[in-house]
Formats: sequence, C-alpha cells, structure tokens
Amino acid sequence: MSRLAHGGLIDRSRPLAFKFAGKSYAGYAGDTLASALIANDVKIVGRSFKYHRPRGIMTAGSEEPNALVALRSGARHEPNTRATMVELFDGLEAFGQNAFPSLGFDAMAVNQLLSRFIGAGFYYKTFMWPKAFWELLYEPVVRNSAGIGIAGAEPDPDHYEKVTAYCDVLVIGAGAAGLTAALTAARAGARVIIADEDHLPGGRLNSENVVIGGHDGAQYAKAAIAELSSLPKVRVLTRTTVFGIYDDTYAAVERVGDHLAVPEAFKPRQKLWRIIPKRTILAAGAISQPIVFPGNDRPGVMLAQGLQTYINRYAVTPGQHVAFFASNDAAWTVAFEAAKAGIDVAAIIDPRPEIRADLAAEAKVRGLRTLLGAVVEQAHGSTLKAISVRGSQGTERIAVDALAVSGGHSPNIQLACHHRGRPDWNEVKGALLVSEPPPGMAIAGAAAGHFAISACVASGVETGTKAAVDCGYSVAKAPVLACSGHSADGSAFFHVKTQKGFAFVDLQTDVTVKDINIAVREGFRSVEHLKRYTALGMGADQGKLSNLNGLAILAEKTGRTIQDTGTTIYRPPYTSVSFGALVGHHRGKDFRPTRLTPTHFWAKKLGAKFTETGAWLRAQYFPKPGEIDWLQTVQREVKAVRSSAGMIDVSTFGKIDLQGPDVGQFLDRVYVNTFSTLPVGKARYGVMLREDGMVMDDGTTARLSDAQWVMTTTTVNAVKVFSHLEYCLQVLWPDLDVRMASISEQWAQIALAGPNARKILQKIADEPGRVENAALPVMGATQTSVMGGIKARIFRLSFSGELGYEVAVPARYGEKLAEALVAAGEQFGITPYGTEALAMMRIEKGHVSGPELNGQTTVTDIGLGKMASKKKDYIGRTLAERPGLVDENRLGFVGIMPVNKKNVVRAGIHLLPLGAPATVENDLGYISSATQSATLGHAVGVGFLKGGPKRIGERLRAFDPLRGGDFEVEICSPHFYDPQGDRVRV
Amino acid sequence: MLIDCPYCGARDSHEFTYRGDATGTRPDPAAENAGEAFHDYVYLRDNPAGDHLGWWYHGAGCRQWLKVSRNTLTHAINAVRLARDEVKS
Ligand SMILES: [Zn+2]
Repeated sequence: MSRLAHGGLIDRSRPLAFKFAGKSYAGYAGDTLASALIANDVKIVGRSFKYHRPRGIMTAGSEEPNALVALRSGARHEPNTRATMVELFDGLEAFGQNAFPSLGFDAMAVNQLLSRFIGAGFYYKTFMWPKAFWELLYEPVVRNSAGIGIAGAEPDPDHYEKVTAYCDVLVIGAGAAGLTAALTAARAGARVIIADEDHLPGGRLNSENVVIGGHDGAQYAKAAIAELSSLPKVRVLTRTTVFGIYDDTYAAVERVGDHLAVPEAFKPRQKLWRIIPKRTILAAGAISQPIVFPGNDRPGVMLAQGLQTYINRYAVTPGQHVAFFASNDAAWTVAFEAAKAGIDVAAIIDPRPEIRADLAAEAKVRGLRTLLGAVVEQAHGSTLKAISVRGSQGTERIAVDALAVSGGHSPNIQLACHHRGRPDWNEVKGALLVSEPPPGMAIAGAAAGHFAISACVASGVETGTKAAVDCGYSVAKAPVLACSGHSADGSAFFHVKTQKGFAFVDLQTDVTVKDINIAVREGFRSVEHLKRYTALGMGADQGKLSNLNGLAILAEKTGRTIQDTGTTIYRPPYTSVSFGALVGHHRGKDFRPTRLTPTHFWAKKLGAKFTETGAWLRAQYFPKPGEIDWLQTVQREVKAVRSSAGMIDVSTFGKIDLQGPDVGQFLDRVYVNTFSTLPVGKARYGVMLREDGMVMDDGTTARLSDAQWVMTTTTVNAVKVFSHLEYCLQVLWPDLDVRMASISEQWAQIALAGPNARKILQKIADEPGRVENAALPVMGATQTSVMGGIKARIFRLSFSGELGYEVAVPARYGEKLAEALVAAGEQFGITPYGTEALAMMRIEKGHVSGPELNGQTTVTDIGLGKMASKKKDYIGRTLAERPGLVDENRLGFVGIMPVNKKNVVRAGIHLLPLGAPATVENDLGYISSATQSATLGHAVGVGFLKGGPKRIGERLRAFDPLRGGDFEVEICSPHFYDPQGDRVRV
Repeated sequence: MLIDCPYCGARDSHEFTYRGDATGTRPDPAAENAGEAFHDYVYLRDNPAGDHLGWWYHGAGCRQWLKVSRNTLTHAINAVRLARDEVKS
C-alpha cells in the first residue's frame, strides 16, 4: 500500500471497493480512481496510442494524457475517461484501454520496434497505395490498433438536460483567484456564477500548503464556498467544466451523476449549461509543464504538481524513492513536502546553476541531495527503476521508483483564445499569456501568470471589483488578505538534448522528438503543419501538456523564437464533452415537438394510421378490418366521398386573422390576384409569390366583415407566410392600417365533402337555412353556430371537387364537431378520410400542392398564370416578368396518363420523346405527383413538361430507371375529373 | 448571443430569426429601370467585414421586425431598432 499514514482530504472512515482491469481494490471516499490506483500500487493504467508502451498516471487533473480508462459495462459503458477526474464510488468498475490481451503484456508493443516505419507522417506515406488495400487491410488494422477506447453499442439509458442561465459575472475556476474574485463581486450584490471542474472547489488550495487570511488553503476554500452558497444571487457549480465560448455564450457541462454508479432518480447524468454573463473572469489556474527526455513516459514519471496533489490531498505516493527534475522553486517545495510526509527524496535535479539560498538551506537541513546545473538524461525500466543524471561531474545512475518533473507552469488560457486570440510568449514568466481576451473577459490568478498565492488573491480581488463595477455595482474596500506560500520563481525548461531512446513530446498521440526532427527535415516549419503531419496535440487532451514543448522544440530546430514560431489555434471544447450532453432531450420523439390535431384522439379511436406533415401528426387513412393494404382503404375513402360524403380534419392549415381598413389593399400587394374587391361573405383562392417571382404559397382568404378577413395557408408554410406578412407590414408598408394574429391553434376546421354534404351539415347547423345553396353559394363564407350554440365559421370550399364545406369551431369543440358529423352522416355512410385520399382527389382534380409549389415554379408554370393581375403591383411581379421566367419553353403544368392503363405512374419519373435515348439533352420534364385513381380506375399523374399544355395529346416515353419503369404515356389536361367543376355547384 | 429588443428587452438569439440584409429599400415597381433595380434589391449583397445591418424577426417574442446593426467580426450588436420606427423616420 502506498497510502500515507496521515493527512489528506479523504474520509478514512468510508472505505470503497472498486475493480480495475478485473482485479478488486479498495479506496476511500474523496479519492479519485487515479489516487486509489496509486494507493494500491497500480503502476500501469494504459497502453499508448501508437507504440503501445505501458503508461502510468502523469497528473492529478483534467490535463491527464495517459490514464484514459473505460468505466462501467453494458449500456453505461464509457470509454476515454480520465482516471484523474473520476470520483471513486463503491462498486466502480474500470478497464484499461488500448491493450491486447492485457495491460501487463501487450502484443502490439512490437510496434516500438517498427517505429522507423510509423514515425511522423506515416499515415500519409504508408497507406497511400495501393488504394484497394485501404478497405481490406489498412483500415481494419489501423482502427484496431490506434483506436482510443471503444464506445458502448447499446442506447444510453440516462437523461441529459440543457440549462440556460444569465448572470452579471461568470467566474471560471474556484481556486484562490476565482474564489476571491467571486466573493468580491458577490458581496457587492452582483449575480455570480462560479464553476469548477472539481467536486471539491478550491483548486490548488486543496493541494498546496498555503495560508490565506490566517486560514490554511483548504479551510479558506471551504469557508469561501459556504459564504458564496449562502448568497441568494450566487450559483456555485461544482463538477462543471466551462468548455467553450460561442459568441458571448459560455458552454459548460455539469457532471451531475457521473460520480455515481447510476444517476439518482429523476436527475440527469449531465447538464449542458449555456451561460450568458455580462463579465467573465477566467481563473482556470496553471498546470505543470512536462520536460521532454528519453523515457519520460515511463510509469512512475509524474508532474510535480500532480505529485503534490497526491501527497497533500489524497495522502498517497506513487513511489517510495522519489527524485525531482524541475527548473522552478515550486517543485522544491513539493520535494520538501514529500520529505515531510516521510517519503524518501532521492535527489532534486535542477538545470539552473544556482538556486535561492533559503531553498538550498532547507534542502540541506532535510538532508536532501541536490544536483544543480544537471538534467535527467534517461529514465529506465518498464515501470520506473532508475534515472541517469548528467551533471557537471558526469553521468550517474540513481535508483528511484518515481520522478516528479516540472519545466515551468502553463497557464490555462485556452478559453481566452476561443475567439481566435493568440497568446504571446512571456520570457520572464516562461509562459504563454493572453493580453487580449474576448470582450468582457478578464484573466486572474495563475491563468494570468500570477504564480504566487498573494498575487493570485490580489488579481482575484482586482478583477472581481472591476467586473462588479462594470455591471453597475459599487464595491466596498476590503482589507488585503495576508497570504503566505512558496516561491514562484523559475525558468521554463523544455527538453533534454540527447540522441538516446524515445523522448515523448505528446504522450497521448505518441509524438517523439524524432518525429519533429523528421517533420522539420521534410520542410514543415509552420506549427499548424507540424501538428497535422505528426498528430502533435491532436489527442483528446488537445495537447495541454504537449503543445508548448512541441512548439519550443520546433522553434529551436528552425532557429526561431517561440513568439515568432507562433501557436496553433485554440478551439473548443476545452475538455471532451459527451454527445449525450450536447443532444440533451432532443432525441427520438423528443427531437422536436409533435403537434396533434384537435381530432387526433378521435381519429386514433377509429384506428387511423398517422403521418407527419411538418410538425403535425395527421390521419393518413382509416383502415377497416379485412382491407389488404393502404391503397384499398384509400380507394374506398375516395369512392365514399365521390358517391356520398366524407370528412377530414384540415385544422393544420395556417389560419391568420387580419383586421383593419387597409386589409384589402394589403392583400392586393401580397397576392397575385385582387382581393380588395371581394365582397363580405365571400372567399377567394389566392397565390402568393416571393419577391424573386417564384410561388411561395397558396390558399383561400375570406372576408367575414368589412374590416375582418381570415386567411388560410398551406400546413407547412404557415409560419413562413405569417412572418412574411409581418415583414411586408412592418418593413415595406408600415403606413397600412392592418393588424394580424395567428389563429391556427384557436380554430378546429373540418372539411365535409360529397353530394350529401349539405344534408349532413344542415343536421348540425343551428340555422340550416344559412347553408342553403342560394344563401351560401360556392366560395361563400358565413359566421353562424352549430350543435346548439357553438359559434362556427362555415366556408363553401372544395379541394376534393365535390360539393364541400369547411366548418370551423373553437379548437376545444373539434372532437365534438367530428362526432356530431359522424352521427349526422351515419345514414349517408359518411366516411372519415385521411391525407392519402385528400391527395388522390386533388390529383384527380388537377390542383397543385407541395410537390408543385417547390420554390422553382412561377404562377404560370403551375397553370394559374391567368390569375395574375396586370393592373397592380404585388410582391414578385417585377421579377416574375424576367425573360427566363416567361420563356415559352419553360416546364408547364400538365396531366399524364399511361397509354397501357396497367402501368403505374410514379412521382419522379422523367419524360422523354418516344424512342429517344435517356439522356439529359432529351429530358422534357418530370411527374411531380401521381396516384392510383379510384375514380378513373387507373394511375394518373401531374407534372411539368417543356412547352406545357401545348403538348396535350402528345405521346411520350416515361422513364423510371430507379424503379424499373419504361412505358408510353399520353399528355392531357391535369383536370382529370369533372373539368367544368359542376359537382361543386350543386 | 443576446439581442436587445426595444419592445421585450435583452433576449436570447434563439428567439429570433435572421432574414437578411437590411440596407436595401424595395424599389419603385413603376420606375423605368424597375427590373434592374429589383434584381439588385433581391440578389446583390455587400458582405462587410465589420458593421452590418440585418433584419431580425422576434418570432418567439413580440413578433416585431428589428433592424439590427451587428459586427460580423465580433458578433457585437451595436444597435437594435423597430422596423416600423426605422422605415417611418
Ligand atoms: Zn421583442
């Protein structure tokens, strides 16, 4: 066991059992999977991406490149989880990745011997050729050997939520700087959200021995969070990573239930937060920068900051004999803390020739060996056994089982660069810093290069004050908090120059110094090209530990400074985000709302089959027992309408109420035909164009009174037409006195059609005389009541071609109206029909619908050119007169009948001259809608043909290569049934 | 992104839909060169890197059409006015 006897922020009274790679272990509450593995002396936790080298735990944070594990089994199986971020829970099951057959022995480790062939650019070079080998050989092998973890195959059983939040100040990171910034702003009264990726806020305060205002760091953090949580306008988000900035919206993921085996009942697994703050303070801290030297990936090599966390927060040590290889004073502090915790510190190796006297003195007092001006030249052992140190006295070998490294501190500036900001190299701090963060953002603490605790606190107070003042709050002057902590001096140190072994720059993508050398030799000098050629920084960690070293080495090899070499672009997300969180509830049936018609449940009771029309679910047909297929059902429905009566819910049409003295004039400007002359009590069919001259929508508009009109639109265009009319009114003609409102949801509307329609309607109408032929002629509209006092609007409209009415009642009476019509029509065999019968009848009548109003047709193309007024301006008129749109050879609307009546006409079929080969040059047009007409007894279609109605009577070749049709058709009028329209007038 | 609707106050951009360029005015259809003018109005757009005027519709709010000045480089919104006010003034 490598658990220290004392200390740590763990609860030793709560032991937890867990499994890793099939073996059982124990840890404590407060452990991460990583700290518990260290406590159990598990050294190898994964195998590397390309060379399958054994890898251990490198860090204690979200920057971890090696310890990627898979969690849980079955549907909750989740690959690529950083063990350093996994809170231990009882029963946790984790698996190593990238290893076959086991972590200890990996058959793919032979790749190391092949490294000559799989170095930089190997994908580009090796797999170019021959092409056929890709599918057969390369891809399966590459996928098998290079994949990082395997996703679960079952649907995710958990819930994910999305939350939108607004605040004055968003603070990212709850370390010393973040907490003081949040407290300063919150005490001034600002609405504050503070987010931290850890479950225990405090950042480095929980890992380092510092004092703030008389409290030790962890205590200070605890008190600060308690105060923030007590304030009503403050929200503390733990286990929450702010991962990206999108314009002024900050995206964050809260891991609500990841630390549990199964999320709590009625709680999501994760929440996606969209936070819109007025001001943001980035206090994301800084991480230890690794050093590149041969064997720097051996299990046992760890970042100094990580070691400090493991010792102080988790009371575990990855080794019994630890050496330090670092170029900064902070690492010396860690060495002293390790010694104090009873761990044997074998040596402190520092490339700097001199060191502060107080550090040297303390090392001496503690009896620690120090090697100044020295470097670790190589690490040995499949798990670390020894290091070779090169100093002024030559090279020596020191036996160790852990090595803590730190080449400096890397501020976590990624978020500050998500608006394409580029950091600058600061030679004094030895770090990349951002001078121009996105608008509204300030950077505080170590993320701004303030590595000493007192400077972190000061910058927290300063940025918190400024943010609160910017949001209009006044900030009372607070006493300065006295702080004490370690020295923050140091210099950046990137890599040890040597020709030996594998020196890894990127541990996650297995990029070595040799790979960078190859890339430079082959002419790649841009850091962006280097990234793509070698895969440097392209792992799931986004190069948090590798980009700077890669950049520094590239700068050195190309004889440039770091500043001149530049950095790659930082892009969201900061850490990996699950698809579940991004998708939220928007999956399956919840992808978008489903709109139900007022008669939905009535239709369901009758056994209707439903179809989606836009967001609506509409009855498609109403099968009866014994009917063999949908066509038989639909043909029965159509015959019933044509011979007696049928009914269909048409509530889905858009309905718009227009009021005001100028409605007539307004409609004249948006429809191609004239409406201002329409008398009260009449309806008129109209066609609207877009300003480019193409048809936008069609429908009827009725005039209910002098100043009140009601318009219908097609189902799918309801929203579009409404916003278009608003645009016309508000932007184009604000002088017109017109007000409008959508009433689509407020009225249920049922179409009643068939020779017996009037008789049925009169049975439910309170004043049957009002619907007599003379009182309500074709295209008439009346306001009356039905079913004993329920107000109703009755329109004499027909889409089917039969005597027809549309009856509108307030939506809550929709179902009642349907039932009343069925009861009243029983003696006539009234038949409910669906959208299929509706479509069949409109094709038989030659009416246009969605497939004809496809955005590419003019009013002339659809055969309604005569409707367009020549006496007035309307939207689209000018551009509809362009030569290309009035060309005689444009595709015009026609009917199509098969010569052999057994042939099935289908939408999508193309028309060619008889006997002509099927080439694009010979193409004459296509069939847009077709049906197996019940009334005519054979298939008919409508469509668009070069020359249009002029070709009526011609015979053409109908060619359907996809579905195998090739037969002769005759062009005819699209009005197949009752072309004179006598049936609607009876 | 927030749009400060003069009617509703600052609201999330999800409530709005963008229509397009708001610099043009619908030409006089009776003018001699109306065809040319409408062609420009419907099809020709400047693509400025910087401040840009656009029509936005507050469909999930007050249903007002808004003339919004937005910087295409930073997405910063400089001004929002009701279309009715804009056109009348
Ligand atoms: Zn509004």
